Amino acid sequence: MSTRDFLHRLPGATHAFQRPAGWLERVHIDFWLLMILFVLIGSGLFVLYSASGESAHDVQRQGMRFLVALVGMCVIAQIEPRHLQRWSPVFYFGGAVLLLCVLLFGVGAKGAQRWIQVPGVGFRFQPSEIMKLAMPMMVAWFLANRPLPPSWKHLFISAVIIGVPVLMIARQPDLGTSLLVAAAALFVVLLAGLSWRLIGGFIALGISALPALWYVMHDYQRQRVLTFLNPESDPLGSGWNIIQSKTAIGSGGLDGKGWLEGTQSQLEFLPERHTDFIIAVLAEEFGLIGVCLILMVYLAIIGRGLFVALNAQDTYGRLVAGSITLTFFVYVFVNIGMVSGLLPVVGVPLPLVSFGGTSIVTLMAGFGILMSIHTHRSLVRK
Amino acid sequence: MSEKRTLKNLDLEYRLFKERIFVAFAIVILLVMVLISRMVYLQVYQYDVYSTKSDKNRMHVRAIPPTRGLIFDGKGRVLAENLPSYNLMFVREQAKDIQGVLNTLAEILELDEEQREEIATQAYSQRRPFHSALLLSQLTEEQIAKISVNRYRLPGVEIEAQLIRHYPYGPMTAHVLGYVSRISERDLEKVDRSQYAGTYYIGKSGIERQYEETLHGKVGVQTVETNARGRVLSVLDESLPQPGKSLKLHLDTDLQYAAMRALSGFRGAIVAIDPKTGGILAIVSTPSFDPNLFVSGIDSKTYKELITSRDLPMFNRSIRGNYPPASTIKSFMAIAGLEEGVITEGHTIEDPGWYQLPNDDRYYRNWKRSGHGTVDMKKAIVVSNDTYFYDLAFNLGIDRIHPFMQRFGFGLNTSLDMPQASPGLMPSRDWKRIKRKSSWFPGETLSVGIGQGYWQATPLQIATSMAVLANKGKWIQPRMVKSIGGEDIPLKTPETPADIVLSDEKYWDEVIDAMVAVVHSNRGTARKVGDKIDYIMAGKTGTAQVKSIKQDEVYDESKLAERHRDHAMFAGFAPVENPTIALAVIVENAGSGSATAAPIAQMVFDAYLKKGDKTVSMSEAEGRQQ
Repeated sequence: MSTRDFLHRLPGATHAFQRPAGWLERVHIDFWLLMILFVLIGSGLFVLYSASGESAHDVQRQGMRFLVALVGMCVIAQIEPRHLQRWSPVFYFGGAVLLLCVLLFGVGAKGAQRWIQVPGVGFRFQPSEIMKLAMPMMVAWFLANRPLPPSWKHLFISAVIIGVPVLMIARQPDLGTSLLVAAAALFVVLLAGLSWRLIGGFIALGISALPALWYVMHDYQRQRVLTFLNPESDPLGSGWNIIQSKTAIGSGGLDGKGWLEGTQSQLEFLPERHTDFIIAVLAEEFGLIGVCLILMVYLAIIGRGLFVALNAQDTYGRLVAGSITLTFFVYVFVNIGMVSGLLPVVGVPLPLVSFGGTSIVTLMAGFGILMSIHTHRSLVRK
Repeated sequence: MSEKRTLKNLDLEYRLFKERIFVAFAIVILLVMVLISRMVYLQVYQYDVYSTKSDKNRMHVRAIPPTRGLIFDGKGRVLAENLPSYNLMFVREQAKDIQGVLNTLAEILELDEEQREEIATQAYSQRRPFHSALLLSQLTEEQIAKISVNRYRLPGVEIEAQLIRHYPYGPMTAHVLGYVSRISERDLEKVDRSQYAGTYYIGKSGIERQYEETLHGKVGVQTVETNARGRVLSVLDESLPQPGKSLKLHLDTDLQYAAMRALSGFRGAIVAIDPKTGGILAIVSTPSFDPNLFVSGIDSKTYKELITSRDLPMFNRSIRGNYPPASTIKSFMAIAGLEEGVITEGHTIEDPGWYQLPNDDRYYRNWKRSGHGTVDMKKAIVVSNDTYFYDLAFNLGIDRIHPFMQRFGFGLNTSLDMPQASPGLMPSRDWKRIKRKSSWFPGETLSVGIGQGYWQATPLQIATSMAVLANKGKWIQPRMVKSIGGEDIPLKTPETPADIVLSDEKYWDEVIDAMVAVVHSNRGTARKVGDKIDYIMAGKTGTAQVKSIKQDEVYDESKLAERHRDHAMFAGFAPVENPTIALAVIVENAGSGSATAAPIAQMVFDAYLKKGDKTVSMSEAEGRQQ
């Protein structure tokens, strides 16, 4: 029996899905995921050219980052999932130690310490980025070998695994990232089969804890919430960003003002136009149609990611693949939600479209893990 | 671990996981729908709102100020021009900390306390949002460099190139042209505000004010696209401004210069009129001031000096200075006497050196205390005899003098385009009853007869009367402006006073002959002038009393305070056979007309006539006198 025939009998595999040429498979690259990523990255660079004020330089830099990240993705895709699984605690504890270092002697700006400067070289990075992947891997590592749905005891241990780094990131302070990291880990727990009743209970608890959150928030965070609730209270100050981005989106209409023709973005009324607010540029220049198209591309990536998760051969793979994919969606949702005024402004970039290096590397590494999980399936189901 | 592994139910776990993935995917779809709904709401339902908002962001309507019309003299020389100037502009809305920006500016430019106050006043002055205020004008290269370097510290501050008014002849034309200065809130109340959007200057006095609307032009409107920092990127739509019309004056800058020089060192005024056109060839008031100071913003110390100076440099004596016309009006009294039949050319009186009214023991003195003996009309004018005119005035009576003198423009502002000119004062019985609440005394008529008493006239009026006399009664209103935007102003207008028609034309010649003799005969009060000129001039000297002399008191110049000395006057026209210039000269507190004013007048006449043709020789002039 050929591998192909066998695979068709695997749960979740459909006849509609035909896997193309096998050579990519052999170098552990998932063709469909790669294609969709190319579409997204290509469109992203296209929009970035406009959003950066026609800066070929920025597009080139971003393109270089993608090249590096793609290489990184391919390298990670070669690593067998069981090795990833085995090394999960190492990543996790290594990341935690680095987070501790950040709190002790990290560098940063605007009153937040988020970076570690590697001595001697001009390179600095955010350990919280490592945690975006190490966290779900660790929780998946912990739960994979235990009976699911998880018991109370395991849930408690998971909570500790999640809680400590999240609090450390929140202390930097970087509320946005800490919530994303927590979300990535929570997705693992949810996918592991946490009962709906408990999920409901936690949501209720979370909502009732919102007022308490107000008191632990920093002034700038409170300001963001207040601005979100009423941007018009300070139209030239804190409300400026959201008012201008809504204006950019709204004035785009159905089919947009045309590439490079967005007045809000080209005339710099839109702040952070090539980073966090880039979706507003797209919405202004390509209209509702453009927004729907890009959302469809994202949906395709998420669909493919969930497909990978469904077809993963072990619990660890499933949980990690599912978590990475859903976290990716959270980025998309939070970013577009905040730019369009549905959510308060938190510093979340639009994945693989916003200008900026760190998130690209992390995201592509995540897709490398997905590819690894999908292409290292053995013939025998564990 | 191994014992726990046995508890794992892999099929159940997979089913559970599969269920979770499907739920998760459903939630993802749902949330994507939420995002799309939000986009539909913003981009479809709220499209109009945000589209308008976006246009409001980028499109701004701004006024393009028209270029102010130039002012030329009669020969086409520029008297008021527009020069490029770099101005410091400030948009309040672009600076978050207005006071901070102003402090930084003051520090960078090393402004003194007064300048600080000035820029603060301008910065906080009322204006439409996002419209710039003019903080400082005529920046120096150094200031521009300092501001450019510190630009990042100065949000809302811009350097703008603008045209600024400049008067190349400075004080020489200050009283004629007036000046422009920054528009005040009060100025704006008087004009159409929309026309002044983007304009920072307005005519404050003189011709600049008189012809403000003409010189200003019509404002243009421009729709521009700006970026978030307010920088203009492109012009979307514009209607060009209509530049102000240029004015051409009758003024002759050469003559103006000569007149200014002739009067230098004195307080006084000169008005020269071309009798054929009514055009003012020269109009000088000394001392003067530099009008350019007002354009760029005069500092308070200089301004205070100007307005508190005893010499009144800001006062335009030529059209607003009221002086007793003194003997310069004796010619008109003579014409009135001839026309009314009170005297004839051969009528004589005996002058003992004084005049007395019937039943009045007061002596009305001739200026020459010993008297002039037998005096006829011509001699009365030539030697400027007072007694003759006391008698003439007494016989005419104020009720005939008043209307007759009004026909020559006394007591009226007859100018075509100088509404700010003073009408002077031609007294009458009615005037005295209403204004002074008392009746007219016969003695007051005698004072009027020699141009003293209540009678007050401006240099412009005296020059105008001379022009009318030169024209033998034909009226052309005195005027500054020759043409507006190339269109000539008509000689006669509905406001032109009626021509003076005498019952016998020869009266004109009789009086003019006498005035020629004033200059060209050896008894004339201006004979020293007559000796020096090679054209024929008709003139009349005058010496206006500033302080009245008591009965029997002798006027002694050396004893009087300088400010109480007589005003020296001269009025006349030339050349007599074809007059091209009529003139009035008044020199304050300078003694007698023959000694001071006549030589000054001669300098002006010379400057105008000497370069022209000299067909009239001295011998002809002598011949005419016989």
